[in-house]
Amino acid sequence: MAAMSGGVDSAVAAARAVEAGHDVVGVHLALSRMPGTVRTGARGCCTIEDSMDARRAADIIGIPFYVWDFSERFKLDVVDDFKAEYAAGRTPNPCMRCNERIKFAALLEKALDLGFDGLVTGHYATVTKDADGNHELHRAAAWAKDQSYVLGVLTAQQLAHAIFPLGATPSKAEVRAEAAARGFSVASKPDSHDICFIPDGDTRGWLKDAIGATPGDIVDSDGTKLGEHEGALAFTVGQRRGINVGIPAADGRRRFVLDIRPVTNTVVVGPKEALAITEMGGSKFSWAGQPPAHPETAFDCEVQIRAHADPVPAVCVLAVCDGEPELVITPTDPIIGLSTGQTAVVYVGTRVLGQMTIDRTVSAVPVAVQA
Amino acid sequence: MSVYLDHAATTPMLPAAIDAYARAMTVVGNPASIHSQGQHARRMLEEAREQIAWTLGADPIEVVFTSGGTEAINLALKGLYWRRQRDVARPRILVPGGEHHATLDSVEWLAEAANAQLSWVELDGLGRATADAFLVALEQGHEAHRRRDDATFATASGLGFDPASETALGTVLWANNEVGTISPIEQIGSVLAARGIPLHVDAVSAYGHLPINFRALHEVGVSALSVSAHKVGGPVGIGALVLPRTVDVVPLIHGGGQQRQVRSGTQDVAAAVSFAVAAVNVAETLAAESVRLAGLRDALIAGVRAVVPDALLNGPDPIGAASIGAESNGESAARLASNAHFTFPGCEGDSLLFLLDVAGVSVSTGSACQAGIPEPSHVLRAMGRSETEARGALRLSLGRTSTAADVDAFIAALPGAFVQASRAGFADRDVSRG
Repeated sequence: MAAMSGGVDSAVAAARAVEAGHDVVGVHLALSRMPGTVRTGARGCCTIEDSMDARRAADIIGIPFYVWDFSERFKLDVVDDFKAEYAAGRTPNPCMRCNERIKFAALLEKALDLGFDGLVTGHYATVTKDADGNHELHRAAAWAKDQSYVLGVLTAQQLAHAIFPLGATPSKAEVRAEAAARGFSVASKPDSHDICFIPDGDTRGWLKDAIGATPGDIVDSDGTKLGEHEGALAFTVGQRRGINVGIPAADGRRRFVLDIRPVTNTVVVGPKEALAITEMGGSKFSWAGQPPAHPETAFDCEVQIRAHADPVPAVCVLAVCDGEPELVITPTDPIIGLSTGQTAVVYVGTRVLGQMTIDRTVSAVPVAVQA
Repeated sequence: MSVYLDHAATTPMLPAAIDAYARAMTVVGNPASIHSQGQHARRMLEEAREQIAWTLGADPIEVVFTSGGTEAINLALKGLYWRRQRDVARPRILVPGGEHHATLDSVEWLAEAANAQLSWVELDGLGRATADAFLVALEQGHEAHRRRDDATFATASGLGFDPASETALGTVLWANNEVGTISPIEQIGSVLAARGIPLHVDAVSAYGHLPINFRALHEVGVSALSVSAHKVGGPVGIGALVLPRTVDVVPLIHGGGQQRQVRSGTQDVAAAVSFAVAAVNVAETLAAESVRLAGLRDALIAGVRAVVPDALLNGPDPIGAASIGAESNGESAARLASNAHFTFPGCEGDSLLFLLDVAGVSVSTGSACQAGIPEPSHVLRAMGRSETEARGALRLSLGRTSTAADVDAFIAALPGAFVQASRAGFADRDVSRG
C-alpha cells in the first residue's frame, strides 16, 4: 500500500514501488471531517484538492486508489495530543505523533489486516538490514531532505513493513524532474511545511483559538515580575521576539524565554546562557530496530532535537529514575533552546538508534523553580 | 469478471439510448430557432418531452428539463421557498433528516442565506418519513419557534403563530437513495395540502422502480417532483422537475426564458431524446423488472444471511425475518426491489468495499462522498443507528443488467471479505468511545 498525500514525494514513491515489482494500491488518508476544498497558499496537505492530486497521480501510475477516513484517530491521537501538550507547557512534534500513531500504526495495521505486505511512503530515509537480517533505519542519501528524524519513533516491527523508495535519491530536484517526466501534475507543487492541520501556518493563533489565552506574568529567573503576557501558549522556549517587558535587563542583554509554566501561567525569561541544556532525560523512548546490546553502559552517539537541527555529539545511557527506566542524553556541548515535549533522536553514524520524548532537562544556569 | 452492484449510483445506459443520443447529436439546430432546422430540433425535443411526460403521468408542459436531479431539487426547493415569501413570510421548511445531500445542502443554504427555519422530520427505524412525523415536526417546530418569542417574525407573518401559514414547503424522498425505504408520499401530500403547504417529492431513486402517476399525486397534494435520466439508463447531465401549471417557482437560472421562464438556457435536444428512449423502456418494462429484481434482491438478502449470519438488514425486510428497527413499525413497510442494505458488525464499510473491489465486485458504502472522502451515513444516523453501525454499512443495488450470476459472485466473495475486514476492524478510529 502506498500512502499518497497528494504531494510529489509520495507520488514518485508509489511509482517507484510499482516499478520495483510491487503490486501497489494508493490510499489517501482523510484526516479531517471538514476538509478545505482547495489549497490555500503553499501549506497544508489535507484539502480535497490534495486528494484529487493524489488520485490523478494514481491514475497515471495505473494503480487503484481509495480514500480512507482516519479523521477520528487523527483528531484524538494527533490534534488533541498537540493541544494537550501545549497546554502543559511542552512543545510537541505532531508529525512524529502522526507517524507513530496513524501512518505506521493505525494505517499499517489496517493495511496488514487487509492483506497488504508493507507501506510505501515518500519519506526521505533508508531501511537496511544488518548481517542478522534485522531492519535498521538510516538517514537518506540527501541529507538536506533527510526525514529520518520524524521516523525515529518506528519500531523494529514497523520498519519491517516500511518501504521508502526515495531514500537513495540524491536530491529533491531529481524527484521533481522524475515526477515531471512521469507526467504528474504535482511535479512542481510546493512542499508542505509546518503542521498540516494549521493550513495558514499560524500555530500561535490556532492554539489561541483552540485552547484560549489567559494573560499572566512574565518573570525573570528569580521570580521577579518583569511584565505581562497575553497568553503563555504564545511563547516557546528559546524564543527572543515578542517578550514585551518594560524593564531592561541589568546587563542590557537580550532576554529569551527559558520556561513556560502552565500551572502558574507564567513565562520565565533570562539570558541566553540559561538556555544551554547540559542533560536531558525521557521515560518515553523507543528503539528503531534492534536495541543496543548494553544500553545501560554509556555509549557515544549523536543527538538531534528537531527535524531540521544539526545532530550534535552526545553520550547516551539507559538509567533508572524513580524506579522507571529513563534514557539520559548528555550532549558534549550544551544545546541551546530546548523544550520538554520535543523529541530527541539518537543516531550512531547514519543509523537511527531510537528516540525519546524529553521529559526533563538540566540547564547550565539553573532557573529557580518559583511557583 | 466484474460485477456491478451499484446501480443506484448510476446504471448502464440503455444501448438504444446511446444510439438515439449519437444520432440526435448529428442534427443541427437550436430548438429556439425559427427556421426549418430549428423547427426540426424543436420537434425532436418536444416529442422527447411528451414521451418522458407519459412515463411520469404528467402533461408535457409540466416537464421542465434541468441538468439533472440535483438541479431539479434545487429549483424546486429554492424556487418554491422564494416564491412562498412574496406575499407573507413563510420561513419554515419541513424536511426529513435522511434526505439526499441535494436536499439537505439546499435547505441548509436557505437557512443560512434566506432565513429559512428547518423543522426536521424524524425517520422511523426503517427509514420512513410518515405523514404523522410531518405533523409532529410541524407542531414541534412551531412550539420551538414560539418559545423563542420572535416578535419580529410574528409581525412579519401577520398571521400570528399558525404553524401551517408560516411554512413555505415540505420535501421528502419517495424512496431513500441509501436504504431503499419507500415513504408514503400520498399521505404526506394529503396532510400538507389540507394545511395549504406544498410538497416536493424527490423521486430520483424511485424513478424507474416505482410507477409514477403525477396527475394522481398532484391531486393528493404533491406540487413538484424531481427525476434524473442516468438512474433509468439515460445519459448523465439531464433530469427534470415536474411542475404543474398552477405551481409557480422563482427560477434559479435567468436568460432566454426557455421552458416557461422557469429554466433558461439552450435546451439539450440530444440528451432529451436519449433520456426519452431510456425512460420509455423503463416504464414499459417496470412491472416485469420489479418482479425480477425483487427476486434477485431476496436471493441476495438470503445469501448474505446464509454466509454472514451477523449481518443486519437496514430498512424494511421483504422476506419476513426480523430486521433492525422493525419493532418501531406497526404496519408493513416497503423497499425498492433493487435495493439491499446491510450493516456488517465489526467491519469498516470502506474495508469491505476495498476487499470486494479487489475481488471484482463494485458496491457502495451508501454514503455521500465528497471527492471520495467518506462520511458515516447520515441516513442510518437519522434512523437511529450508532455511528459504528453507520460505518459498517454496504449498499447493494440492482438494475437492468443485473443477473443471478452477479448475486452469486457477490455471495461467493463476501465471506472472505467479511473475515478479513473484521480482522482490520476499526483501526482507523477510536472504538472506546463507541
